[in-house]
Amino acid sequence: MRWWGRKVTTELEQPQIPLVKPASPLATPAESAAAGGSAEPPDRPGKSWLARLRAGLNRTRQAIFAPLAELGRHGRIEPEVYDRLEEALLAADVGVTTTAALLGRLRQEVKEQGCTQTEQLLPLLRQAITAELGEVPVGLQTAAQPPTVYLFVGVNGAGKTSTIGKLAAQLRRQGQRVLVGAADTFRAAAIDQLEVWTRRAGVDLIKHQEGADPAAVAYDAVAAGKARGFDYVLIDTAGRLQNKENLMKELSKMRRVIERENQSPPAETLLVVDATTGQNGLQQARLFTEAAGVTGLVLTKLDSSAKGGIVLAIAHELHLPVKLVGVGEGLDDLQPFSPLDFAQALLPDWQVDSGADGPV
Amino acid sequence: MFGTLSQRLQQTFQRLRSRGRLTEQDVDAALREVRLALLEADVHFRVVKEFIQRLRERAVGEEVLHSLTPTQMVIKLVHQELTQLMGGEAVRLQLTGQPTVVLLVGLQGAGKTTAAAKLAGWLQRDHHRPLLVAADVYRPAAIRQLQVLGEQLHVPVFEQGTDVPPVTIATQGVTHARLHGYDVVLIDTAGRLQIDEAMMAEVREIKSQVQPQEILLVVDAMTGQEAVNVASQFNEALQLTGVILTKLDGDARGGAALSIRKVTGAPIKFVGVGEKLDALEPFYPDRMAARILGMGDVLSLIERAQSTLDQKEAREVGERLARNSFTLEDFLVQMQQVRRLGPLDQLLGMIPGFDRLAGHHPELGQQGEQQMRRVEAIIRSMTPQERRQPGLIDASRKRRIAAGSGTTVQDVNRLLKEFDQVRSLMKQVSGQAKRKGAVPKGLRFPF
Repeated sequence: MRWWGRKVTTELEQPQIPLVKPASPLATPAESAAAGGSAEPPDRPGKSWLARLRAGLNRTRQAIFAPLAELGRHGRIEPEVYDRLEEALLAADVGVTTTAALLGRLRQEVKEQGCTQTEQLLPLLRQAITAELGEVPVGLQTAAQPPTVYLFVGVNGAGKTSTIGKLAAQLRRQGQRVLVGAADTFRAAAIDQLEVWTRRAGVDLIKHQEGADPAAVAYDAVAAGKARGFDYVLIDTAGRLQNKENLMKELSKMRRVIERENQSPPAETLLVVDATTGQNGLQQARLFTEAAGVTGLVLTKLDSSAKGGIVLAIAHELHLPVKLVGVGEGLDDLQPFSPLDFAQALLPDWQVDSGADGPV
Repeated sequence: MFGTLSQRLQQTFQRLRSRGRLTEQDVDAALREVRLALLEADVHFRVVKEFIQRLRERAVGEEVLHSLTPTQMVIKLVHQELTQLMGGEAVRLQLTGQPTVVLLVGLQGAGKTTAAAKLAGWLQRDHHRPLLVAADVYRPAAIRQLQVLGEQLHVPVFEQGTDVPPVTIATQGVTHARLHGYDVVLIDTAGRLQIDEAMMAEVREIKSQVQPQEILLVVDAMTGQEAVNVASQFNEALQLTGVILTKLDGDARGGAALSIRKVTGAPIKFVGVGEKLDALEPFYPDRMAARILGMGDVLSLIERAQSTLDQKEAREVGERLARNSFTLEDFLVQMQQVRRLGPLDQLLGMIPGFDRLAGHHPELGQQGEQQMRRVEAIIRSMTPQERRQPGLIDASRKRRIAAGSGTTVQDVNRLLKEFDQVRSLMKQVSGQAKRKGAVPKGLRFPF
């Protein structure tokens, strides 16, 4: 297909035998039918992610925020109230520096507004958090000239492939023509995994062999996207740890190749971050931005009991906005990020988990 | 590994060291730094609190304040406490069953499938006959991934597609192993959230059906405060026997390692240290603690050196050093010995204090590797006589050597000059040693 004659397979509604079949006894029939692929884990009701976060907390009666529960009993603002808030933020992976900054800001507000009661604190702190994250949700950018190219990067196991699968399905449903490039040529069966997702989503896939040059896959995906008039080209990459210099250079190369072929850089380079990630997330954001020019974050696995507070630290220190959140394994479980909801989930009212025991 | 934590502690103690004498306030200042460093390393905040309390009691006590070397004492204390926090002794796998059943569980993306394959490879090298069982029917292509990895290792993979419930796959896998003479069964399960009751019920059912001897939780080294909740709830549901900490080849500080043992009592048994299938190592708490403190992973390095260095060659070189007849040939031998130990950047990371340097120059290891290869090429392009008597090498010989090694005459010159410097340095050192009547130990090995 291309000038160097590498074999390129394009998938379009191929009636293949699915690699993984539905109908696990645990899967709900609707989900299995829609997926046409692998079995779905059980128990995935369609709730808002905030509701789901809370449900998760209540169901297990586990409260990272027990410190806040104690807070409710205090009437007047006393020094230890700030200690409790500090613990709550630290427990959510917000990190020492950002926590100190937020609490500094809170103290100042309290002084300026002359607050005296603890119940005034949480709304103020939430405000400080949303200010840090940007009050208004930031949507995904599109290119002036189609195709709009999104490059997905991140460490191993963050959820890049699943995120692409979900986004592709949603764009497809909106009537967009979507092409996915399988540039994770390293991990065993990564291409197969993406193939299942694209078949579920009903979108096209560009793939090479396992072990092929990922930049060549990216090139082919963009070239095919242009030639065949796709609206979106989503490019998956292999997970890599940000301290592996050679792998990061490979990413820079992919970005250059895309930019040269498309005459513009990817409309978005999205760093996919697992919500359970700790302070290493900052280093991820730094080095991936250096190598690939990250424009935004996707926060995945937020349906766990983790709060994903690391994105607050990333926003504070690197000013990278969160664009999408993943809240489950279904196709619809990828949603726009809302700073307000996030702040609310990070610091729920103390009634929510009062009386629960701490985790340690 | 754990880079920044050791940097922080080193900074703190350097500040203390410069003053020489400790007051109670000094200890508090140091402890504050330790606390910050541990928090930034993702150690759970309650674990940190307790750790600092214990440390303060011991540090402020007689032991430190009245010690002649108080800072050394504090370092020793932190090291002891850290080691203890991570479980004291290394704990091995219990391979007592017939067959031994090992169940791997964890969150999505922790690295269960890769860890299962690596563990199979490790067992195989240890003369076992492992069988991999693919019980992740949910994630697309998870079974395929395990099959590909199994093929690479020549370890068979038992699978029944995705139509069969994981519980059935697991039990039939164990039966299959018993019938076909496999002595260890590794069951790869789907990633699940510890708060997902249906999925947790499923894995509990697998456990009760296959009665595993080992239930290993696979945890990503980058995990934050949540590690504690994940580990304690998996432990509650399944009574874990151990933990595999993955992706430790990244720059995550890995505080999860410190917290998990603390809250579950389950020891960390293995760490994943790379993308290759043999990149799995046993976990040694004391070494890790030493590393955290910037003392370097000297034990690992020595162990590796002992298994790869040719002791006789090393001794001969040492003797020639002492006689001051060190030649380019010896230089080459030394260099090959070092390279046999592994990639240079990995070795450098184990050397105490080097992480600070490497932090500023991450390219150092790779450049060093290139440099070494170039030097090797140059020396190999010399005749044996030239190697023994570098004085022989004139302009024409230099041109020949440069052409032969694909370098330039300048490169050859630089090497000869550096070699000269090294030799005169060694002359000095061995001269001193002779006066003291001993060959300096440190010079036998080039690190």
